[in-house]
Amino acid sequence: MTWAILTALIGHWRRNPVQLFTLLAGLALGTALWSGVQAINAEARASYDAAAATLGEARYAQITSRSGEPIAQATYIALLRAGWVVSPVVEGKLGPVRLVGIDPLTAPAGVGPLPQGRGGDLAAFLSARGQIFARAATLGTLPATGADLVAAPQVAPNTALADIGLVQRLLHRPDQIDRLLVAPDQPLTRRPLAEIAPDLTLTEASEANDVAKLTDSFHLNLTAFGLLSFAVGLFIVHGAIGLAFEQRRPMMRTLRALGVPLGRLIALVGLELAGLALLAGALGVALGYVVAASLLPDVAATLRGLYGAEVSGELALRPAWWLSGLAMALGGTAVAAGGALWSLARMPLLASGQPRAWAMARRQRGQAVLAVALMALAGGLALWGHGLLIGFVMLGALLIGGALALPPLLALGLRWGAARARGPLAQWFWADTQQQLPGLSLALMALLLAMAANVGVSTMVSSFRMTFTAFLDQRLASELYVTASDEAQARAVTDLVAGRVRAVLPILSIDRTIAGLPARVYGARDDATYRDNWRFLRAAPDVWDRLARGEGVLINEQLYRRAHLDLGANVTVAPGLALPVLGIYGDYGNPEGQVVLTEALFRKLFPTVSALRFGLRLDPAKTGALRAELHDKAGLPDSATVDQAAIKALSLGIFERTFAVTTALNILTLAVAGFAMMMSLLTLAVLRLPQLAPVWALGLTRARLALLELVRAVVLAALTGALALPLGLALAWALLSVVNVEAFGWLLPMYLFPLEYLRLGGLALLAAALAAAWPAWRLSRLPPTQLLGVFRNER
Amino acid sequence: MLLDLRTVTKTYPGTEAPVLRAVSFSVAAGDRLALTGESGSGKSTLLHLIGGLDTADSGVVAIEGSDLTPMHDAGRAALRRGTVGVIFQQFNLIPSLTVAANIAFQARLAGRHDPDRARALALRLGLGDHLHKYPEQLSGGQQQRVAIARTLAPRPKLVLADEPTGNLDEATADRVMDLMCELVAETGAGLIMATHSERLAGRMMRRLHLRSGQLA
Repeated sequence: MTWAILTALIGHWRRNPVQLFTLLAGLALGTALWSGVQAINAEARASYDAAAATLGEARYAQITSRSGEPIAQATYIALLRAGWVVSPVVEGKLGPVRLVGIDPLTAPAGVGPLPQGRGGDLAAFLSARGQIFARAATLGTLPATGADLVAAPQVAPNTALADIGLVQRLLHRPDQIDRLLVAPDQPLTRRPLAEIAPDLTLTEASEANDVAKLTDSFHLNLTAFGLLSFAVGLFIVHGAIGLAFEQRRPMMRTLRALGVPLGRLIALVGLELAGLALLAGALGVALGYVVAASLLPDVAATLRGLYGAEVSGELALRPAWWLSGLAMALGGTAVAAGGALWSLARMPLLASGQPRAWAMARRQRGQAVLAVALMALAGGLALWGHGLLIGFVMLGALLIGGALALPPLLALGLRWGAARARGPLAQWFWADTQQQLPGLSLALMALLLAMAANVGVSTMVSSFRMTFTAFLDQRLASELYVTASDEAQARAVTDLVAGRVRAVLPILSIDRTIAGLPARVYGARDDATYRDNWRFLRAAPDVWDRLARGEGVLINEQLYRRAHLDLGANVTVAPGLALPVLGIYGDYGNPEGQVVLTEALFRKLFPTVSALRFGLRLDPAKTGALRAELHDKAGLPDSATVDQAAIKALSLGIFERTFAVTTALNILTLAVAGFAMMMSLLTLAVLRLPQLAPVWALGLTRARLALLELVRAVVLAALTGALALPLGLALAWALLSVVNVEAFGWLLPMYLFPLEYLRLGGLALLAAALAAAWPAWRLSRLPPTQLLGVFRNER
Repeated sequence: MLLDLRTVTKTYPGTEAPVLRAVSFSVAAGDRLALTGESGSGKSTLLHLIGGLDTADSGVVAIEGSDLTPMHDAGRAALRRGTVGVIFQQFNLIPSLTVAANIAFQARLAGRHDPDRARALALRLGLGDHLHKYPEQLSGGQQQRVAIARTLAPRPKLVLADEPTGNLDEATADRVMDLMCELVAETGAGLIMATHSERLAGRMMRRLHLRSGQLA
């Protein structure tokens, strides 16, 4: 019996391949975007884990210098003698690679490549020739060192590990140590750190630099996009399954009448859908791999640019994401099919066999109530909610509420149109469009979500771009930026440019912990460049004069928000010295806090820090000549001098890469929504013959009917687009004013881009017309016998 | 007794007048019974109760001694699979299956599929050239013959036919009736046919007339 029932059920898909394609494609596309995003997240997290595992970051407490200066070898030895169980680490850039030196004899268990590494032994690692462990791709980018290269896939991306002695030699940093890893078990008799080395500070394991935490917001962003895409896919699946049930309702009733038990029928329909979901899920996971593989290089560049996090550009097939993809496909199908199976369970055996897709209008009132409730929830969270997660819940409530509000609002619009229709054809057109609305509403909701996401995200990105460009103009005021390799070269540079430039602005900085957060302290020379160009978000009166007198500091917006340091709040910049905040400036694209002191105060507080970077103010036309002279006379390589335009281009390049993923996901989502509309129209076309046949019989040609179908799709898309605009702008506001502040620490002004919205609206109309073109073309070519069949009651 | 109805009453929710009032009659194996009456007289409702598609409010509908009214849905479904066969006015074929698969379908559900019998039935009913077609490719008369073959393939003990020729022209209706009666007679099953047609009712062994839910 089971096989007989399955044959009948599966036969439906064989006879309706378009519907099967809709179902599989919708689910596969939704799963593809979701699992693609999950694959990217999984790859990034694996990279962070690799960094933590191989370098001990975040796992062990660390000792670093308060001033940011290297720790002397002698201090390390003094600590060992005082009973501290610590292990030295030195690191720096060798070519493009982060080279980390460790001491395998003292490193805590699990740190370094040797315990897990294949092909390496301690003697070879410590030998004079030495070994360097890294991923194969990283080894390829290392300059020649003379050491043996060993491939070690467990090492973090773009990172290489070697013995500390070898690294000190390669980086020309003899006897220097950057940090000390502190073993978890320490002798109780050891002397306090402050007694042995008061200039060193101990950072507990949980407070240590944890790149995974820093990047959480970025990944949450991606996950939210993945969910949005999956939700759009789910709308397609819901529509496809719902229509498939409507079409098969008479068959289900016949099966029941012929003696198929209800429980068996429901179980087999569930089994059939689970099989289809697994098939579509597998296709989706494969597609997701392609999506992730194509987006991962951009994501890796973004994470490197924004957070300094190294993420592998190569994608591995990790069970976490492909299993989650399959689970989402199965879960999504279950959600989409739940209602249909419930209605099958309650289906009376003898009720009318007419399709009920058109009888869904009564649901609109309930949808409208739910939509209002969700909108109210979103509004409440916007006013009183805090935190990134609440921000995303608010976005979810806003988008779902907006989607649910669409059918009732469209119905209102169509009633308005019908009331103004003149002539029988126009009256039929509006009435028929109203009748079609329930069958199309899911696809239109998907289109609404995709368009709103496009409006919202493009507004956010464009607002960000405008703000960022203006910010670059303020902050990159110097015409030429010069980086010296050491103090002697720095002196040569300042001597050479003296009298040739309007101003030399040294860039002094040191990494410190401010108000418990990692921050960078800058020393700024009192110069008109800063006074003329910098714009403050908030500032005390006479801010520049007071800063020049050393009466306070400037901080960036990130520090202001994260440490709650408003104007007048005291900032401890050095032991025993707290200064009030005089001004708060916007600092976009930077994850860390910043504090700006006047140059004199900085040099007094941090006398060992010398300026190796300078901004030079001069006639822009003369930058080329000066660069050449710096190269010839001060021995500066070309890479050490960068003009303003190049830095701006580089910064904007990083910015564009940052949002490349978002833009790509946006376009994919819109494409999926367009596809949803086409599939719904195709499926509905079959069900609509009884509505169209009488109109055809009354004298309308098939071509005219097809044209009207095309116009109908465009009208519905236009109405949907009109409703997507306010929803998208609300989304943009939420992204700019809530999510960005929580995720990145900066509040951005919102700009409107009417031309962009018009272009998007045009695209949506084009997508709708294209989606309707195929069903309309099929209608125009439909053999008259099929239309006549409606009257012969043979359907 | 194959079928035994005793004082069967049925009222649809939302209506005041019963559609069937204290209907009682019996059918033995091999009986051929015509059920006549005007539209709305309760013919289809009576067939639905006998076929286990619906349940009576009171009274007994017993097939081979088992009362259907207190039975669970699964029990009535089992009855429809193996004991009672229903031929619908609207044919109710499964559009996704071929003619051959449709004919075999109910016998497969009942676990009594005999390919030779299915093929013989198809040939007897003039469907030999259409076995690989789908229902939508057949005429109304051909579809009804497929429905008859499907119902008779598992050799049910009782065949219920609800206006089986209502959608067919007179000549086609006569041919279909002849075949149906002939095949039912060969299996020795009982047959109850609801019809408006006096001409078709005259071909049956017995006739019951329903008027406003009561046997006249």
